[in-house]
Amino acid sequence: MNTLARASFIGTSRARRVQKNIERAAMAVLILCATVAILTTIGIVFSLLFESLRFFSQVPITDFLFGLNWSPQTAMRSDQVGASGSFGAVPLLAGTFLISAIAMTVAVPFGLLSAIYLSEYASRRARDILKPLLEILAGIPTVVYGFFAALVVAPMIRDAGSGVGLDISSESALAAGAVMGIMIIPFISSLSDDALAAVPDSLRQAGYGLGATQAETIRQVILPAALPGISGGILLAMSRAVGETMIVVMAAGLAANLTANPLAAVTTVTAQIVALLTGDQEFDSAKTLSAFALGLLLFLITLVFNVAALRIVRKYRQQYD
Amino acid sequence: MTDTANRAYGNSEKIAASLAARHRSEKWFRGIGFAAIVAALGFLAFMILSIGSTGYKAFQQTYVQLEINFDADVIDPEGTRDPAVLSRANYQGLVRKALRDMFPDVKSRRDRRSLNDTVSSVGQFELMDMVLADPSLIGTTRTVWLTASDDFDMAMKGSIPLDVPQDERRISDKQISWLDKLNSEGRLESRFNSRFFTSGDSREPEQAGILAALVGTGFSLLVCFAFAFPVGVLSAVYLEMFAPRNRISDIIEININNLAAVPSIVFGLLGLAMLLGVFGMPRSSPLVGGMVLALMTLPTIIVAARASLKAVPPSLRDAALGLGASEMQAVFHHVVPSALPGMLTGAIIGMAQALGETAPLLMIGMVAFIVDIPGSVLEPATALPVQIFLWADSTERGFAEKTAAAILVLLGFLVVMNLVAIILRKKFEQRW
Repeated sequence: MNTLARASFIGTSRARRVQKNIERAAMAVLILCATVAILTTIGIVFSLLFESLRFFSQVPITDFLFGLNWSPQTAMRSDQVGASGSFGAVPLLAGTFLISAIAMTVAVPFGLLSAIYLSEYASRRARDILKPLLEILAGIPTVVYGFFAALVVAPMIRDAGSGVGLDISSESALAAGAVMGIMIIPFISSLSDDALAAVPDSLRQAGYGLGATQAETIRQVILPAALPGISGGILLAMSRAVGETMIVVMAAGLAANLTANPLAAVTTVTAQIVALLTGDQEFDSAKTLSAFALGLLLFLITLVFNVAALRIVRKYRQQYD
Repeated sequence: MTDTANRAYGNSEKIAASLAARHRSEKWFRGIGFAAIVAALGFLAFMILSIGSTGYKAFQQTYVQLEINFDADVIDPEGTRDPAVLSRANYQGLVRKALRDMFPDVKSRRDRRSLNDTVSSVGQFELMDMVLADPSLIGTTRTVWLTASDDFDMAMKGSIPLDVPQDERRISDKQISWLDKLNSEGRLESRFNSRFFTSGDSREPEQAGILAALVGTGFSLLVCFAFAFPVGVLSAVYLEMFAPRNRISDIIEININNLAAVPSIVFGLLGLAMLLGVFGMPRSSPLVGGMVLALMTLPTIIVAARASLKAVPPSLRDAALGLGASEMQAVFHHVVPSALPGMLTGAIIGMAQALGETAPLLMIGMVAFIVDIPGSVLEPATALPVQIFLWADSTERGFAEKTAAAILVLLGFLVVMNLVAIILRKKFEQRW
């Protein structure tokens, strides 16, 4: 081997070593980036947990979870009467679920029927046009829905109510819930669409072969077969409704009433978090810290919905694959 | 045997009889499905139309024509033409005098005050800017157009109903008579409202603009993109190309799916407790806002990036490896560049979501009243959706119009971003 070749061989082996080090560093960067998502979750859990624990050292956790009265006003002066404030989250949870329930009563029928039409009846061309149009509903920022709910829908419902002699609050749960339901339609429809499309064609053909009409096949064969996927989608949409903030902040108001009347004003967990944390705030006060306890509650509720939904969807997929 | 045949015959008769009903029900079912879609789209159209029909008016602003006497004794009594003197002069007085001269029969103090309300308080600054730009105006009388006040603007646009009793509207009978007189003399004009796009927030609707909020949004999205795109793409590369199939990568995957479904307000709480509380970053700044938005859009970007990496055929990577490239080289020189357009598309869609996010920004204090245009990512700022939220809360009629107009601008940006994403996808889409 002549010297020149040897020199170049040594050169490449050094270059290779450098290259290897660079690659090792690059791999470290890649792994670091992949852990950002995990770190975010850990950060969420810890920051919520930490501040909530400080809150629960001031207010007993049982008062928070089972208390029926929410009025977080704290005293200006320490000797003020009735200054302690009460932090019972039940009215907020009730309001949250009332509005979510209204939203789901709007979204589930519309979303499911749209999905059925799109996946079973519509021609390819109609589907290619209608589906993206429907998805625009999900792309519109929630603050726009909030503005619309507060300025157009709520007065409309109030006027309609006074027309038939009903006294409807201008911040009624109905207005916020109905508009939220419309926002959620595309979630339900696209997840149900996936579930319907995943039903094997053989089931459809079997239905027709037995003499069933298309509607009968859909109702009695396809829908039951797609039910797990559809219910997974409904759970995901529910979690979305529970966590929705801007619509309720703008249209539902802050009155913590414990009621099941959709025409009354209620408030939600998210609306209260916003009310507690915008404007002047002192850190460490029970009032500020309670927002984190509410945040933790919200996080846990949506987590349960999400995990359950993902489980159902995953389990169902394995059935037909 | 005959019994069965009879039964079968009876059944088929029954079936034939029910067929019409079954076909009717088929038609119904199909019709209901179609009606559901039409209803949902109808609502969308109704919402956009009702916002659009309110919002388009804010792009116009009423101006009043006045004969202003740029009185040298008022503006610059010493004749120094020093800008410091010129900018301190009582231009409000000039406006008032012009109004008084135009309506000499308005005598009482109260009437004069309400006459002065014709012109916006920004009018004096418009005069000041004119004089500063051209000092030779001093001593002359000119015809100038000044911004009308909010109430007059609303009345001109027909947004204040004039047929209700006087004390139920924001504008008095006398003001209406002046308005009519000005209008008949051709002294009122509706022009494009450029101030809406060039100024920050204001307490007066006719002076409020969205530029400060737009700049705040721009800075936030810049930070968001600078953070979320590299991190998202690199974690997608790791998960798709290098990660061993084991429990840990499973956990990361589930975690990303869950993160995508965490309510946005919880990300705001994270920003408040961690970024502001622990790391002490500046409150209300686009830096913090952008980082919170980045954490939120990360799942979207990762999922899109993984999908476009998956679409690149393995033969490309294998060929590179066969020619002696290292794993890293094969991925970063060949696979990633082919997947980049798809990744960018995903990132733009993620940015479009971030553009409309409001709740997390409220948590980290980007709800301030911002008049000045923010100059960097560290200065207090607000964002376009937050500005919409703030204006929607105002009771003044003029702000309803501004809110709707700001929504139109926001929707415009969303449309543009989504169009760019679609075009990008169409143009660079590769069929392997």
